[in-house]
Amino acid sequence: MRVGAVITRIFQQMRRDKRTLALLFVAPLMVLSLMYFIFGSDDKELTLVVSDVPTPIIQQLEQSDFHIVVQSNFSQALLKEKAYDGWLTMIDQTAKLTLLNDTPANAKALMMKLSQALQPTQATTITLKTNYIYGDAETTSFDIFSPMLIGFFVFFFVFLITGIALLKERTSGTLERLLATPIKRAEIVAGYMLGYGLFALIQTIVIVLFSIYVLDIVHVGSIWLVLLINVAVACVSLSLGALLSSFAASEFQMMQFIPLVIVPQVFFSGIFPLDTMAQWLQYLGRIMPLYYAADALNGVMYKGNSFGDIAMNLSILACFALVFIILNIISLRKYRSL
Amino acid sequence: MVISLRAIEKSFQHKQVIAPLSLEIPQGQLIGLLGPSGCGKTTLIKMIMGMMKPDNGQIYVFNKTVPHQQLLTDIGYMAQSDALYTDLTGEENLQFFAKLYRLPKKERTERVAYTAQLVRLSDDLNRKVETYSGGMKRRLSLAIALIQNPTLLLLDEPTVGIDPLLKVDIWQELLRLKNEEQKTILVTTHAMDEAEKCDQLAMLRDGQMIAYDTPQALKARYQAKDFDEVFIKAGGRTQ
Repeated sequence: MRVGAVITRIFQQMRRDKRTLALLFVAPLMVLSLMYFIFGSDDKELTLVVSDVPTPIIQQLEQSDFHIVVQSNFSQALLKEKAYDGWLTMIDQTAKLTLLNDTPANAKALMMKLSQALQPTQATTITLKTNYIYGDAETTSFDIFSPMLIGFFVFFFVFLITGIALLKERTSGTLERLLATPIKRAEIVAGYMLGYGLFALIQTIVIVLFSIYVLDIVHVGSIWLVLLINVAVACVSLSLGALLSSFAASEFQMMQFIPLVIVPQVFFSGIFPLDTMAQWLQYLGRIMPLYYAADALNGVMYKGNSFGDIAMNLSILACFALVFIILNIISLRKYRSL
Repeated sequence: MVISLRAIEKSFQHKQVIAPLSLEIPQGQLIGLLGPSGCGKTTLIKMIMGMMKPDNGQIYVFNKTVPHQQLLTDIGYMAQSDALYTDLTGEENLQFFAKLYRLPKKERTERVAYTAQLVRLSDDLNRKVETYSGGMKRRLSLAIALIQNPTLLLLDEPTVGIDPLLKVDIWQELLRLKNEEQKTILVTTHAMDEAEKCDQLAMLRDGQMIAYDTPQALKARYQAKDFDEVFIKAGGRTQ
């Protein structure tokens, strides 16, 4: 019931704070839409597997900077596993191109190069059929990192709002006053998690529905899994925001955590390709909650992963949240040892 | 003894705030904690409340070692600065704290109404606290300290910023709580007229207790006609 009291109080406060509510619900949609328009309009070495393709054509392709892997008995499953960019087979004069399309920009580049390479001599006689492993011809870069953006916005806004709310409670002395009542430290943390968690949940639902139905982001997996991942993300950022607020003496100091905690996570969440980073940077990415969130969200929304595929990412996120929650409870000892 | 302090000490960054200090407070007494700013009154209150740990010595309240979960229910606490949720109404503040003490719904409504009437806030309960004056906030803090009907009250400067008329009312109520309900009350104050109403006065200076006696005895000892004089003489500032 004490937890309930904290939750009720948070609701009463939030209901009156219209601006914070707007920040929570409208701001992410605005930024997301902006990103949609910026990236909606779209170089690395592309790897192309060729099976049963005549040698002259292979030579042509090699001249156009493709990294060619010659392999017969290839399959879509293998393409997915090896994560090559495309697979070309030829039967008579019909070329069949299968694009991995995990990065739409690469897939588009591959298509263009391929048609250029085939043009001068045989374009008239060769017909090219294209199909896609992930997404389709309409896929844009935005589709691929928008799942991650959803996770990022949930993380960012929940972090900011809980961090500052709890900070206000610390600086106004109400937290100290609260701890002069029989409420347990765990009950305060639970109240905060559930109270702000509910707002985070509504925010997540709004962002996800907006992304899928208004911005029309590609989503092939279950919308429930998307929500589940984002709830996990919200739990992590709630607990992290609450924890870091104990290291801030003012709202201004709380804002200083944004470039320290939030921005670096963006670098590791898939906007920039991870596999080209230095090894130590890749390891650094592993300690960022958003790395796992982005991986899971991308998996579900873009690649249609099932619960089993993202279970690992989800458990890691849950561990982050659990550790932060425990640290929160410990950090409240500063006010009362019970 | 309701409160029993045994040789407690406290320093902050090598500055001794409370020198070894012992104090016994029996039940049903109104004790005044008197002393200049920075003499350690608030530190003492916080240590009794269990919100601060003494470096040395023991604190017992109702024969339990502080900190103790049960004591948090038994003690009504009013902090020196008003710790209120300013974006909530007075009633919501009172309800919130009442819930933290797990009062049943019916009792909660009664206590909210009772404590609000006590501090003359009944008509302002539905206003947001941010619209309250300083005195009203102080009164709401006092109402919150009384919400769970505690047997011991620790009030850190309860009447600062409250007008003289209401101050008289509040002191009447404190005396009634002490006399009729046998509550023990520890009050810190600067106001010398309030000091006179206490059963016992503990005078603090630089973390030392320089006197602990009845107001009359203190006046007699320092041959003073009022407490301003006692305060000045006890503080050794007459020379």
